[in-house]
Amino acid sequence: MTDTPVQAPTHGIAAIIKHSRYVIAENKVTGFSFGLFVLIVLAAVIGPYVVPYDPLASATSVALKPPSAAHWFGTDQLGRDVFSRVIVATRLDFFIAVASVALVFAMGGLAGVAAGFFGGWVDRVVGRIADTIMAFPLFVLAMGIVAALGNSVQNIILATAIVNFPLYARIARSEANIRRDAGFVQAARLSGNGDIRIVLTQVLPNIMPIMIVQMSLTMGYAILNAAGLSFIGLGVRPPTPEWGIMVAEGAAFMVSGEWWIAFFPGLALMIAVFCFNLLGDGLRDIVDPQRRT
Amino acid sequence: MTAIPLLDVRDLTVEFATRRGIVRAVQHVNIQVAKGETIGIVGESGSGKSVTSYAVLRILDRAGKIAEGSITFSGIDVAAASESEMQDLRGSEISMIFQNPRAALNPIRKIGQQIEDVLLTHLKADARDVTEKAVEALDQVRIARPRERYHAYPFELSGGMCQRVVIALALACRPQLMIADEPTTGLDVTTQKTVMDLITELTRERGMSTILITHDLGLASAYCDRVIVMEKGRVIETAPSRAIFTAPSHPYTRKLMRATPRPGITLRDLLPEEPGGPRLVVGKEAPRSGEPLLTVTKLIKEYPRKGVGKTLATMFRRGPAPETETFRAVDGVSFAVNRGESVGLVGESGCGKSTTSSMVMRLIDHTDGVIMFDGQDIGEIPAEKFAKLPIRKRIQMVFQDPTDSLNPRFTAARAIADPIMRLGDVKGRDALRARCEDLAKQVGLPVELLDRFPHQLSGGQKARVGIARAIALKPDLIILDEPTAALDVSVQAVVLNLLQDLKEQLGMSYLFVSHDLNVVRLLCDRVIVMRGGKIVEEGPTERVLFAPEADYTKELLSAIPHRDFDVPAKGSELRLAAST
Repeated sequence: MTDTPVQAPTHGIAAIIKHSRYVIAENKVTGFSFGLFVLIVLAAVIGPYVVPYDPLASATSVALKPPSAAHWFGTDQLGRDVFSRVIVATRLDFFIAVASVALVFAMGGLAGVAAGFFGGWVDRVVGRIADTIMAFPLFVLAMGIVAALGNSVQNIILATAIVNFPLYARIARSEANIRRDAGFVQAARLSGNGDIRIVLTQVLPNIMPIMIVQMSLTMGYAILNAAGLSFIGLGVRPPTPEWGIMVAEGAAFMVSGEWWIAFFPGLALMIAVFCFNLLGDGLRDIVDPQRRT
Repeated sequence: MTAIPLLDVRDLTVEFATRRGIVRAVQHVNIQVAKGETIGIVGESGSGKSVTSYAVLRILDRAGKIAEGSITFSGIDVAAASESEMQDLRGSEISMIFQNPRAALNPIRKIGQQIEDVLLTHLKADARDVTEKAVEALDQVRIARPRERYHAYPFELSGGMCQRVVIALALACRPQLMIADEPTTGLDVTTQKTVMDLITELTRERGMSTILITHDLGLASAYCDRVIVMEKGRVIETAPSRAIFTAPSHPYTRKLMRATPRPGITLRDLLPEEPGGPRLVVGKEAPRSGEPLLTVTKLIKEYPRKGVGKTLATMFRRGPAPETETFRAVDGVSFAVNRGESVGLVGESGCGKSTTSSMVMRLIDHTDGVIMFDGQDIGEIPAEKFAKLPIRKRIQMVFQDPTDSLNPRFTAARAIADPIMRLGDVKGRDALRARCEDLAKQVGLPVELLDRFPHQLSGGQKARVGIARAIALKPDLIILDEPTAALDVSVQAVVLNLLQDLKEQLGMSYLFVSHDLNVVRLLCDRVIVMRGGKIVEEGPTERVLFAPEADYTKELLSAIPHRDFDVPAKGSELRLAAST
């Protein structure tokens, strides 16, 4: 099999799309989660322009109305439309999740790759930082960071990123460590590449698929974390529409039978987390060479 | 064949469901194994030889299924048997030895217990005598001090030892048929010989049948009664091994045999017969005189003995403490490589040949000694700094595993261009591309393959990319680290010839690191034999291989399995067949 005849070349974007289509067709659940993902992105991007009511406008005359044709998800104690608020909140929650995951990827991913590739003191420093973070209950640590730095969206993003740091650093470290002595890394050295260039052009691109799966899986956690912080009052402040606050506000009305105020934002939260976790599993199938039969 | 065969495979077809549709890995294969017979299934990668044996044991992975045909093992219809019937059969009636012995053993269980597991599962022993039987099984595979070794974990044993344990496992229940799938591929030649001798002896003793699956024609010819040659999922030739090697009837068998390196032939003999007249025979060029290109003097590499901390080690140590704090991987090695010369560095695993080549390559630093390259002491330059110096251009390397040495995210063109971009003088996209295409043509890689990723290339094509990358900077010295070890013989033949041609065209020197003496013989002017970090013997290739002085070299040479086979002279039958 020295020189097999030239087959139709498949590479680049076309191959990725083709392979994705194959995986989605093979696995209906992944296809479903891709659909949900598209829906969430749509809600985040165009949601605020298409919702029927102003999410901040209160109308005491229609306060605490159950779901109806006019108000699909009912209204809350100030008469605000729950449906509009849930949709508008998507953008904020999605933004927090994406930003914190991007931040932790940059911090944890790079630190981990450096630790795995260089070893020695870099490895020890990164390892101990990760250990220190993991010594705290993660949510309590996130609470502490937000409480200390102040209630703002930036600080929620930072806190969520920090609590996820060990996860990224460790995965990146072990993946980089495996590739440290790989033939292609040595070959790159023979070609005159320095260490930094080897890390950036040889090692990092090869661990990206695994990191992307990890990012999708932690997106769900990041959304939960942000909502959780808001729920206990350490996050986004009312009246900003945000799923966590809405659940917190609605919780008080559960006992009196007005279930819809907490239920629908909770449902949105659940669907989002569910979607990102399924998506992570699906992405793993796409990047896992074992499935590339 | 009068008696009923022990194993009767008839018209077997195995299919795999893949994303590109159904792939027929094995097509209409017929194999009969008589009682007490040893048969060899020979073929290159992708020939379906392993899949056939997996089908016999019904251990195909989920995507694979037996589509047609029947497998009968001593009266049992294997294809129709239930899973629990198969479990009874596996291990106790048919057993298997896998390629990588270390992976086949459970790393966290003592080897004795692993043998006990098999015995207990198949009710060949009960709790009282199981330990005795396990020790006995270890003793039978010639493991010294079996009672002590019973408590050993796989990582405490060498590769050859592990393979013996796997054989003990396979034989523990006295099966009637043993399937050995490349049982010695990862092992050194001397270990290979002892392991193969052991398998033959034990199976003969017990009247067992054996199926030996291998890519090595020499091995099959030396140990098998009958040989089955497979290509692309089909059996193309079945014959007694003596007959197949004296008069192979199928052209593919002839091609395989030609490609197998063996004594008494030249590099060009490996290539398939070409109808268009004889190839230009290039005589070996005499090494040019003058200053040697590379001189290595008293090279030493020491490693600290790693492991548990010192106090812990002394607390838990059972045996005597090691004498030295450091381990000498390379111990005072001196040699020279002349311009235009190929020098072979031969030895078994752990002999220090790879460490030596890495030091010469300046990938790792040496502990002591001098490495002079073209009048410059390159050993003095730390490995880290060396990467960016202009002299880096002049020493390049071809790696052992063509898959591992190519970045899976780089196209072939990008991989070849990498050294030129860093150290070369070609500037601009178009010039770079043109240079890559020139290099591809030089190594015989079709230019249209340059935009493919490594996983879209075959093993031979990947090897060509690796070679193109190594010659991209027009180096003076190339270190070849077992460049063909991962390739099929027919591909190996082509790659070795390519290397020889390139050497002549570009006037490079080679330092060829290998364990395969037959391959070294074809490519090298001089050979250095290493053992335990020291040079055992050094001299011109022909002298070392035909009149070895050191005992170790003799041992190495005698361990190579081969039955002297002659390839028929430039196919008289072939010409006949073509003219009719």
